[in-house]
Amino acid sequence: MPDTVTAAGPWGALLAGVLLVVLAAAALVAEGVLAARARGGPVGPELTRPLDETLRLLRQRRRAPVSADLLLWRVAGGGLVVVALLMVALVPLGNRVVADLDVGVVWFTALDVLVWALVWLLGWGANAAYSLVGGYRFLALALAYELPLMFALVAPALAASSLDVAEVAAAQDDLWFVVWMPVAFVVFLVGVAAFSVRGPFTSPAGADVAGGVLCELSGVDRLVARAGLACLLVAGSAFAVPMFLGGGAGPVLPGWLWVLLKTAAVLTLLLALRRRLPVVRPELAMEVGWVVLLPAVLMQDLVVAVVVAVRG
Amino acid sequence: MLLDVLFWGLGTVAVASAVAVFVVDSMARATYALAVSFVAVGLTLLLMEQGYLGVLVVLMMVMEMAVMGVYMVMFMGMNPALMPMSMVHDKRAALVVSVLAFVVLGAGALLVPWPSRRGLPDPDVTAALGESLMGPQMLTMVVVSPVMVATIVTGVVLAAGRTRYDRFGDDLDVRPPRDPQRGGVGR
Repeated sequence: MPDTVTAAGPWGALLAGVLLVVLAAAALVAEGVLAARARGGPVGPELTRPLDETLRLLRQRRRAPVSADLLLWRVAGGGLVVVALLMVALVPLGNRVVADLDVGVVWFTALDVLVWALVWLLGWGANAAYSLVGGYRFLALALAYELPLMFALVAPALAASSLDVAEVAAAQDDLWFVVWMPVAFVVFLVGVAAFSVRGPFTSPAGADVAGGVLCELSGVDRLVARAGLACLLVAGSAFAVPMFLGGGAGPVLPGWLWVLLKTAAVLTLLLALRRRLPVVRPELAMEVGWVVLLPAVLMQDLVVAVVVAVRG
Repeated sequence: MLLDVLFWGLGTVAVASAVAVFVVDSMARATYALAVSFVAVGLTLLLMEQGYLGVLVVLMMVMEMAVMGVYMVMFMGMNPALMPMSMVHDKRAALVVSVLAFVVLGAGALLVPWPSRRGLPDPDVTAALGESLMGPQMLTMVVVSPVMVATIVTGVVLAAGRTRYDRFGDDLDVRPPRDPQRGGVGR
């Protein structure tokens, strides 16, 4: 595992974007296949579903409700993809990284806070009741998951004594952080599922509010918003790799391939778990977040801090 | 050259979106115009190679604006927040105060004899910032944080309409508490 990473340049940035979209499409296929198997339907059509949906939505005419705030609405939908791109830009692929920031961990937190604004605006911009309900549901969930998520990212940064993502990955040469900070890892995954509106946190886009934040979206607007949420899931999973899973460390295969394999493994874990967990109501999530997750992750941070202090 | 362009570009965005806060007619647009203005300021800090401070400004301000937008829409009386509305009131006094404040601050920035740089910046500015904030003032920080937490808790307790007697009954023995909404951990 190299200690230093070099900037990937514009072609590297493009490649990172392509990989993000490909993995997001794969995640959507996997979601579709799991859903089809669960209800006993045919699996075949699910394999090309993201492509079919893309083509269908590109042909569909865009419509908007009366006096929708089009500017904010469309900024919100498109912004989700941008946030996901900025997130994967931080993840070193082998010894190349798109954005080598010395405060990468804080930058990631700033980005996932941006998701609050974007999803709420997605709900607000449509000027429709169900959308707005969805937006508020997301904020209620956000208040529950955000602090545990932030404190979960404190643990690896503390252990590596660095906010630089590449240095955090390099600090796991002897032992992956997931082994001795499992609580922080689990809480981080909960946060990833939540900010990409997946699994137990689908209530902002739930069927009970006719699709919530997504309900009025159509055509290309719907395409970018749904792609954005899927990309966020992938970006969050990819960020878990340098934070908890040793980055590109692994035998035989090159570093970049290990990063991709580990990202796929985290994605699979999240997708497999989502079918086994019920959707949580936002007001219940609040108390779970503050009474269970936050103290647990703070204890985890304390343990890490003591270990770091004792090791010197 | 590129830095100059970025600096002036970001400065223009910051001022223009700050003006937009008072020009637009929607609560959500005003809130997020303010957020854009703050993000531009945070990115300007990045130009000064203050990575941590810059990113922190972006993080805090976006979060604050997201929460503020929610509370404004939720708690504004007569629900005007969902309707187009003017973002200014008491125009004359506000204009005088803001122009005065701008002139005083701008004149200060231009007229103060700034010292020239002695020595070189620390290679790790984030660590240096942490040292200078938390090193000598550690005791202050340790005292201030519990006081702040106590203030927040007190404020919430004083503001909450329901007391523990409403929740647990006159003898504080009602279990589970009588809450209008169920908690998530079975209490």
